[in-house]
Amino acid sequence: MLRLEPRREPSAVMRALSPALAVLLTLIAGFIAFTLMGYNGALAIEQIALAPLLDPVRWPDLLIKAAPLILIATGLSIGFRANVWNIGAEGQYILGAIFATGAALATWEMSGRWILPLMLVAGAAGGAAWAAIPAFLRVRWKVSEILVSLMLTYVSIQLLYYLVRGPWKDPQGFNFPQTRMFSDSQTLPAIIEGSLVHLGVPIAIAVAIIAWILMSRSLFGYSVRLVGMAPQAARHAGFSENRTIWATLLISGALAGFAGALEAAGPFGQLVPQFPANYGFTAIIVAFLGRLDPLGVIAGALLLAVTYVGGELAQTSAGLPQAAAGVFQAMLLFFLLAVDVLARYRIRVGGPAHARAGA
Amino acid sequence: MSTTIVISIIMTILIAATPILLASLGELVVEKSGVLNLGVEGMMLCGAVCGFGATVATGSLLAGFLAAMAAGVATAMIFAFLTLTLSANQVATGLALTIFGVGVSSLIGKPFVGRTVGRLEPLLPAALSDHPVLRVVFGYDILVYGAIALTAATAWFLTSTRPGLILRAVGESDSSAHAIGYPVIAIRAAAVAFGGAMAGLAGAYFSLALTPMWADRLTAGRGWIALALVVFASWKPGRLLLGAWLFGAVATFELQAKAMGATWLAPEFLAMLPYLATVVVLTLISMRRAGAEGSAPACLGKPFATA
Amino acid sequence: MSRKTVRNRVTDLKGNKMTRMIDRRTILAGAAAGAALPLAARDAHAQAPMNVGFVYVGPIGDHGYTYTHDQGRLALQKALGDKIKTNFVENVAEGPDSERVIRQLAQAGNKLIFATSFGFMQPTAKVAKQFPNTYFEHATGYMRDKNLATYNARFYEGRAVIGTIAGLMSKSGKAGYVASFPIPEVVMGINAFTLAARKINPNFETKVIWASTWYDPAKEADAAKALIDQGCDMITQHTDSAAPLQAAEQRGVFAFGQASDMKNFAPKAHLTAIVDDWSQYYIDRTKLALDGKWVTGDVWGGLKEGMVKLAPYNDAMTPQARAAADKIQADIISGAVHPITGPVKDNKGAERLKAGEKATDEALNKMDWYVEGVQA
Repeated sequence: MLRLEPRREPSAVMRALSPALAVLLTLIAGFIAFTLMGYNGALAIEQIALAPLLDPVRWPDLLIKAAPLILIATGLSIGFRANVWNIGAEGQYILGAIFATGAALATWEMSGRWILPLMLVAGAAGGAAWAAIPAFLRVRWKVSEILVSLMLTYVSIQLLYYLVRGPWKDPQGFNFPQTRMFSDSQTLPAIIEGSLVHLGVPIAIAVAIIAWILMSRSLFGYSVRLVGMAPQAARHAGFSENRTIWATLLISGALAGFAGALEAAGPFGQLVPQFPANYGFTAIIVAFLGRLDPLGVIAGALLLAVTYVGGELAQTSAGLPQAAAGVFQAMLLFFLLAVDVLARYRIRVGGPAHARAGA
Repeated sequence: MSTTIVISIIMTILIAATPILLASLGELVVEKSGVLNLGVEGMMLCGAVCGFGATVATGSLLAGFLAAMAAGVATAMIFAFLTLTLSANQVATGLALTIFGVGVSSLIGKPFVGRTVGRLEPLLPAALSDHPVLRVVFGYDILVYGAIALTAATAWFLTSTRPGLILRAVGESDSSAHAIGYPVIAIRAAAVAFGGAMAGLAGAYFSLALTPMWADRLTAGRGWIALALVVFASWKPGRLLLGAWLFGAVATFELQAKAMGATWLAPEFLAMLPYLATVVVLTLISMRRAGAEGSAPACLGKPFATA
Repeated sequence: MSRKTVRNRVTDLKGNKMTRMIDRRTILAGAAAGAALPLAARDAHAQAPMNVGFVYVGPIGDHGYTYTHDQGRLALQKALGDKIKTNFVENVAEGPDSERVIRQLAQAGNKLIFATSFGFMQPTAKVAKQFPNTYFEHATGYMRDKNLATYNARFYEGRAVIGTIAGLMSKSGKAGYVASFPIPEVVMGINAFTLAARKINPNFETKVIWASTWYDPAKEADAAKALIDQGCDMITQHTDSAAPLQAAEQRGVFAFGQASDMKNFAPKAHLTAIVDDWSQYYIDRTKLALDGKWVTGDVWGGLKEGMVKLAPYNDAMTPQARAAADKIQADIISGAVHPITGPVKDNKGAERLKAGEKATDEALNKMDWYVEGVQA
């Protein structure tokens, strides 16, 4: 009989190896599944998992897709460490875009280097303000932040619809629901002239690194982790749980809002009803793939970006339906989550009785 | 408003509430055992497509609903294996399960797009179910009554039966339950399977009763509402019933207000109503609880390993 | 982009069709040259099919808008056989994701790319600038370029036909309209429908419910039920699922299908449907591209061009309604009737079109007001 036995320390070797093992298992399972479905399994796998990585033309796509995920998941991972479950990052992301667009429309026909930073700050403030609602309700009346933040996501989508169809509609836009295109002063520049990669990419990576330092080296990081792991001990140590709730929700909201502002000022260049793209929800998965560690989040976001871009490639080249690419993505997540067990547990064969003698 | 309209509104509310109630009842039992499965939407979609497929193949609605429950259980078992056997993170696994369900249901459903089947008809004879007034009580299909009966049965099971008490004990303190000798993992797996069966049934209510057809993403996010409802009801089956009706009422009010010509509000604000109402009601409930700890099962979402 | 990358991409495109490596290489040479040099492509197309790409906003299994475009793609593939190879990407989110997909299709050597949703407009325009030798076609938008054409269908002409039928068949004189969002496309449909019905019955009313979604079957069904509760005995819709028809069937009122023939969802209720048929347009444009005669343009096709069609009438339709429906179709096709012709007052009483004045295409594309008799 197979049995799991916890390791005293998570195995560093297995932690490093398990993602590779998961990817390998997914490739094998995907090959079998796609072949059974009647597609060219080898080609499909190659297109989904390898083509985006091997082809330098696709690299900017990966970075652009990963940037908002990195920002949002970094914020979420801090909150999740403290057992603060912000499930509504999608709403904060939308509010960030709304605030940034508000700043852009208010500075219409102005120009200057200060406009773009203003939009980004407004976006972060908008996301934080939206996250402040669940924070307030949780601290004041212990209302579940999971539910409030999730419900507010639906509200924010309708608010976005209202703005782009009503007061913010582009007067030259043939009555279609969209705002004006942002001006040059309101648009995120590319990091290198002519490249698709915009300034948001290095910013996102920098934010993740700063968050990593904050979480691993500062008293704040320590207090967050302690509140999450041992609330009793945290209380004795004088760390306020309420302050942690406020801080983590505001940080994750601000980062999600910041991501929304970057996405609006960068790839979109205007606000449209199609702005919500589920980044807020996907980022939850990214946060866990990254094991709630900001550096891991970067890797997790890039991995998911590969499956998105690769899924599109496989649709055109192997005729694989989009749903099959979704199943592949889900299998990858399943395997990643499953093999993680190897880092935390030893697998033993045999009865349980004597195994713990040494521990 | 005429009586006919009032009756019709009440019936729309009760019917709209039924699939959400079924799915959230399942999730409530899952969460009571200390497990958080966010994959309800995915399980519902698998149930919806398998139920529809089985009915197309056999011509039997019963076969459809049974197949839907089986499909729900099968998808739930993926979740159970990962989170219970391998102690994987439940939030991430549940979200992955939804991605999986959306994809798999679309693949399975390809041959069924554009087809339809005879819908689930009212349970009672037309004399009662078509009666202009009495239909408000007697005019429903078996699952509307079934969902209400199951709510009562679940409440009874959780509070008054020995297995129910054990299930709750596992959710409140898995280590003590284990120490007494209860098989924590097996009990949780059974709860997750029940949750899957109910989600599958709820999904099939869309594809066989509400809108008898299959199209991709047929349930359009109702699984998330079901999840919200469990928290909203603070893990009490009775409140779940009220919550499902309230949600149905607000959603129906939105549409009825528009049909009556309420143009004083932009449609976007009307569409916000169900969600804002949920937040407001939840806050009111929490205020009354004033300071008491939330009633979530103590072990909710935490992995358990025999160590 | 390097030539080498083109080569790799095209290998992939063909890979699943070819069984032997050697064949793949032979084909590849022609296709790679074609992707890089548009003139050479014409000479090469005898051995190398031209790639035609489609970008869809929904799943092809939605049985609605995207489904009709995919039917058009299948018809195109069937009509032109091995001269072309069609590729598609479904469920593409509007915005940056679509820009990536469109660019990728262009990089992969698709010579002609159809972007089938309004939200793909800016991304298509951006990519079109980067690939001057690729032809782009954007549905329902207004941005054009040397290599970017637009196309759309005059769905409102079909709406005028079903409005006529509703005017004749409705006993209560009230129709329920399950609509998605108040964009010009939807608004002009509501107006064309109501004007046609009021020509028959001057007191006809159209009640609109904004479902605030393109696709949510349960909500669409409930919206239809709410409209039926309010006395509407004709249900029509501008959302994607067949659910409103099913609700009409259950409640015993009539309804009209959307985008494709939906009769089997509601055999009794389904009077007819406005059918989108993109196939002829796709075939025509692809032939032009094959022959090197493609030029940009703006096509807005209706009943006359066959881009909008009516599904076969239900047996329940009265002879009178059949005759009237046939007549207005013929009149629209001949140009004798424009569905939105004055005198038209809006539902706040202001005059919008003088007697005999026809709504211009520009006015239609900006429409944000409702004709008399609409409750929206």
